[in-house]
Amino acid sequence: MDDQVKDQAAEQLSGGAIMDAMKEAGVEYILSVPDLHTSYGLLLPIADDPDFKLIRTCKEDECIGISAGLSYGDKRAVVLIQYTGFLYAQNAIRAMAAEQQKPICLMIGLLGKPPGVAPQDAKRIGVRSVEPYLDFMGIPRALIETDDDVPLIPPAIVDAYENQHPTAFLIGRRPIAP
Amino acid sequence: MMNRLECLKILAQHVTDEIVAPTYSCATDWMAVNDRPLNYYGFGAMGLASSHALGLALARPEKRVIVLDGDGSLLMNLGTLVTIGAVQPKNFVHFVGHNGSYEANGGALLPNQDLDFAAFARTAGYKSAHTFTDIDDFAAKVGDVIKAEGPVFGNLVIEQGPLSNRDYSEIHSAKRRQVFREALDSGA
Repeated sequence: MDDQVKDQAAEQLSGGAIMDAMKEAGVEYILSVPDLHTSYGLLLPIADDPDFKLIRTCKEDECIGISAGLSYGDKRAVVLIQYTGFLYAQNAIRAMAAEQQKPICLMIGLLGKPPGVAPQDAKRIGVRSVEPYLDFMGIPRALIETDDDVPLIPPAIVDAYENQHPTAFLIGRRPIAP
Repeated sequence: MMNRLECLKILAQHVTDEIVAPTYSCATDWMAVNDRPLNYYGFGAMGLASSHALGLALARPEKRVIVLDGDGSLLMNLGTLVTIGAVQPKNFVHFVGHNGSYEANGGALLPNQDLDFAAFARTAGYKSAHTFTDIDDFAAKVGDVIKAEGPVFGNLVIEQGPLSNRDYSEIHSAKRRQVFREALDSGA
């Protein structure tokens, strides 16, 4: 790969790569409330992909409950939501992810965070608060900012299900549709 | 108007190998009536019983799942009806104890006590929805209701209390969840 190609990869995030990573991890269900940050590049392509079963919910805490229930049949799920929905669903996340250590896999869109800016340096207080909330709950996290970060996804999901604990991915820029 | 404990005793006569997911006052009463390994109490957050049950129904399509919800709990997650109506789990039965109050939280009234939950469920896409106000009518029909193709909804119009012994530390214990998982995995 020449330097120019490397630079392009470093500056983009492919929705298709994220979808492939979730498939590699054995994810069958996507539980989601739409997020402008990820809708075009991720959620809408997922809706058209027969390898995923998409459950559209009305509020984000539903996703946490459904994911917990699915885990009793060893069905793997990713909860795809915006950071505002993550904040809304704190009580359910507290119960299922922090207290019961269920394999709740959160994929959180950081709407409004400029690419390349660290979440803690974002202007929006809601975006800045996501990492501290996750840390307080003891939920491991990874920032998915470019395609170079996508390989972090499969092992984290597999580990969450094999060792029964939650995990979170922070989507740091708008994914490009496949 | 019916008594919740009497309703649950009648329901217990029909329950065999189903997963039963009771919440709050229904949970403590159901535990008093029919304490069994396939009872799921692991919600952890008020309002989410039916969401957990939806996940269980999808994960275990060979089992029927019966949710014993409360009206206060359901109102905290009313969108769940729409989600369940969209997913259409055939093995899903959803009862709501409707007494117009947050009974488990001290009996304070709901913002509006006179709601037609069956109409909510029907318009949300449940295959069938029933309202029961008479214990004999409930006793006559409940066996068929829990065997019907889901999602099925049953609004149980009940009076407040009396409440059974409330031991939430036991209900929410890791041991209870482990017993449930072992029962599922053993094919109970």
